[in-house]
Amino acid sequence: MAVRLQTAPFDPGAETNTFLEANAGAGAAVTFTGLVRSEPGDPVATLTLEVYPELAEAQIGRAIADAVVRFGLIKAAVIHRYGPLHPGEPIVQVMTLAPHRHAAFEGAEFLMDFLKTDAPFWKKEATSEGERWVEAKAEDDDARERWNRND
Amino acid sequence: MKIKYFAWLRERLNRGEEEVSPPPEVVTVADLIQWLRSRDEAADLAMQKPQLIKAALDTEIVPHTAAIANARVIALFPPMTGG
Repeated sequence: MAVRLQTAPFDPGAETNTFLEANAGAGAAVTFTGLVRSEPGDPVATLTLEVYPELAEAQIGRAIADAVVRFGLIKAAVIHRYGPLHPGEPIVQVMTLAPHRHAAFEGAEFLMDFLKTDAPFWKKEATSEGERWVEAKAEDDDARERWNRND
Repeated sequence: MKIKYFAWLRERLNRGEEEVSPPPEVVTVADLIQWLRSRDEAADLAMQKPQLIKAALDTEIVPHTAAIANARVIALFPPMTGG
């Protein structure tokens, strides 16, 4: 399954190893792991992710299919957690397999940029001050938008 | 049709989903948002900036100009913050 949504923690290294098992024709693999961040000056106790699962699976599945065609990937996979998470824990992992490194790097970056703006997840931070929804960032929209330009 | 709400929109409305039967003149997502706002004060306040509300018809994210007639589930939600 190229898209996996789950509440449970995952082992980033074990996931990468499993992803790499069938790798005929591949010369490059990229794994990106996103972690729950907590700044020392503004510590986050819990980061809770809300998800719309049916839409997330559809959106991410389409993005993977796009990435495979666009960058000539052999395959790609996304694991995304939801529910309550704690600082330092993995939230998301994107893995790409390609004949050459540029395709693997670009495919992974494309998928991460897509996840930030087009996958139906919403982050809420709990701090000592209370709870707050994380606001969408314009720079994430810009990062996503650059893949739509013909340059 | 069923409407689902997520994140702060769900919290402000105090409900995650509801069944609604909009009148025939409600054709697009934009019409639906206006109609929902006209029904109750919480919805009016929560969606006073419609440009902040994204919409999905079943498993497709769509612009506010999209026609809602054939959708089984319509989801309304704030900009996404995944990854």
